[in-house]
Amino acid sequence: MRKKKSKGQIVLHIVFLLLMVAYILPFVCLVASSFTDETALVQNGYSLLPSKFSLEAYKTVFRTPMKMIRAYGVTITFTLAATLLSTVVMSLLAYPLSRPNFIWRKQLNFFVYFTMLFSGGMVPSYLLIRNVLHIDNTILVYILPGLVSAYYVMIIRTSYRAIPDELVEAAKIDGAKELFICFKIIIPLSKASIASVAFLFLVEKWNDWMTSMLYIRNPDLYSLQYLLQKLLREADALKNYTGLGMSSELMPTETMRFAMAIVAAGPVLVIFPYFQKYFTKGMTLGGVKG
Amino acid sequence: MRAKATKRRKYSKKTYRESMSMGLLAVPGIILLLVFNYIPMFGIVIAFKDYKPLKGILGSEWCGWDNFKFFFTSQDAVRTIRNTLCYNIGFIVFGTMASVGLALLFYHLRSRRALKVYNTVIIMPKFLSAVILAFLVEIFLNYRFGLLNHLISALGGTGPDWYTQPAAWPFILTITKMWGSVGVSSMIYYASLMSLDGELLEAAQLDGANLVKRIWHVMLPHLTPVIIIQVILNIGQLFTGDFGLFYQVPQDQGLLYPTTDIINTYTFRALMDGNLARSTAVGLFQSVAGLIMVVGTNAIIKKVSPENTLF
Repeated sequence: MRKKKSKGQIVLHIVFLLLMVAYILPFVCLVASSFTDETALVQNGYSLLPSKFSLEAYKTVFRTPMKMIRAYGVTITFTLAATLLSTVVMSLLAYPLSRPNFIWRKQLNFFVYFTMLFSGGMVPSYLLIRNVLHIDNTILVYILPGLVSAYYVMIIRTSYRAIPDELVEAAKIDGAKELFICFKIIIPLSKASIASVAFLFLVEKWNDWMTSMLYIRNPDLYSLQYLLQKLLREADALKNYTGLGMSSELMPTETMRFAMAIVAAGPVLVIFPYFQKYFTKGMTLGGVKG
Repeated sequence: MRAKATKRRKYSKKTYRESMSMGLLAVPGIILLLVFNYIPMFGIVIAFKDYKPLKGILGSEWCGWDNFKFFFTSQDAVRTIRNTLCYNIGFIVFGTMASVGLALLFYHLRSRRALKVYNTVIIMPKFLSAVILAFLVEIFLNYRFGLLNHLISALGGTGPDWYTQPAAWPFILTITKMWGSVGVSSMIYYASLMSLDGELLEAAQLDGANLVKRIWHVMLPHLTPVIIIQVILNIGQLFTGDFGLFYQVPQDQGLLYPTTDIINTYTFRALMDGNLARSTAVGLFQSVAGLIMVVGTNAIIKKVSPENTLF
């Protein structure tokens, strides 16, 4: 019944194409608005095609590109550092959890799992980071908290367990030590799952705006998303963006916000879909219990 | 089961040695969890204190349940708890229907290539931050320039400033949430449909079942167990709010709080306003309610389908 070429398929494609419009339209508008002349936009509103093409918004954004470049630099640095560290720490932590001959497995499992069930909430962490560890207003605040996520550890553990026991047993008979088994057998065989988790983690970090909002006072350390949030919400932030020397009347404020959004989000939207394979895999892995 | 064999007997020296070396691997993770997850748990005592930053946590006076009383006797409690629960229930109902529907659409698509393209586009919002989501929503809703008001004025009406209309936001937020999440959640149902026995469908077709009947009598019953598990899992998260969605998309407009303020946004604002003790108290309430829900729903799943339990 799925072989027949039918009207049904055409209807199905039409439904999907309508859905595509619903998903793509907002982006088209975003891009179009960023290329529209400011006065034309104020007159005609946002539209699917620029009513009057202009690069003014981008010129203004790139006139003083330092803020954007800094935010990119900060975001790339902490995203890569946190993803790398987190992947290493979580892959190691998952190993004893996956091994039946680890005698404290139950205790460790509970220790990790409990963090998923209960948390002290926002304020205690806030006080810890600001008043005890004093890592607020440094790049470390983006990297260290939340480095270990119980949920991801469980996903990695599950993928370790999927490796046949015989493999480990055979290695043991050959005299392999646990550490050797972990680094030379289990981790290499679980590369795909670990990559999926790493990618999910990376997307999460890249999109982080809350850490800046809570802990960062130095504008040079703002994350990209937070800079964008400020520009979206606060007209003043936009005026300050270019520094002095430009009166607010001359600035294409409306279109500039969109140009900013494109510059900040565009690269990722182009790159991430190539990694979608990992993404979908990670998402479906989450449904499996170990 | 494998664990049981080693559990009962006294561990041999070798097992100890192996466990020690494996335990070593876990040390960095354990330290990080201790510092960033377990130490803050002790901070919940702030919820029972009249917290003064200068006096510190230990130096501040105990005040019993006052912080909780303050919250639960205020309008805010009704509003935030109602919003958190109602939105989550709405998300479960509409999200389940939409993602099952989408999975059925994907299942009937014959072209693998088209499936991949459609799927990639529908999953894309998952890569967006809440900030970008807020931008996209504003394109529709901006008072002067938004698409929606342009459409309304083209039809001869005048659109309101949506960022001052609390009544519209349950719809706006639900649609936004669905737009952002159905792609991924439909994958679970789609995966389950892939395991559906094709012969069953052919037999149904030979018996004269049309598409609607095949969906109703073959595909949906096949999906029911998965749907039940997903719904129960979501019910466990009933008290958990999507902070990014509720904080960024309404752009923190005070006028919209009646319909957009959830427990998470409330605790965040309390923290920003310097009401640390109240914020902790409300956060603690949310944590405990969440814990009860997860443990409760897990007990239910244990009865319905043991292989899907979380712990």
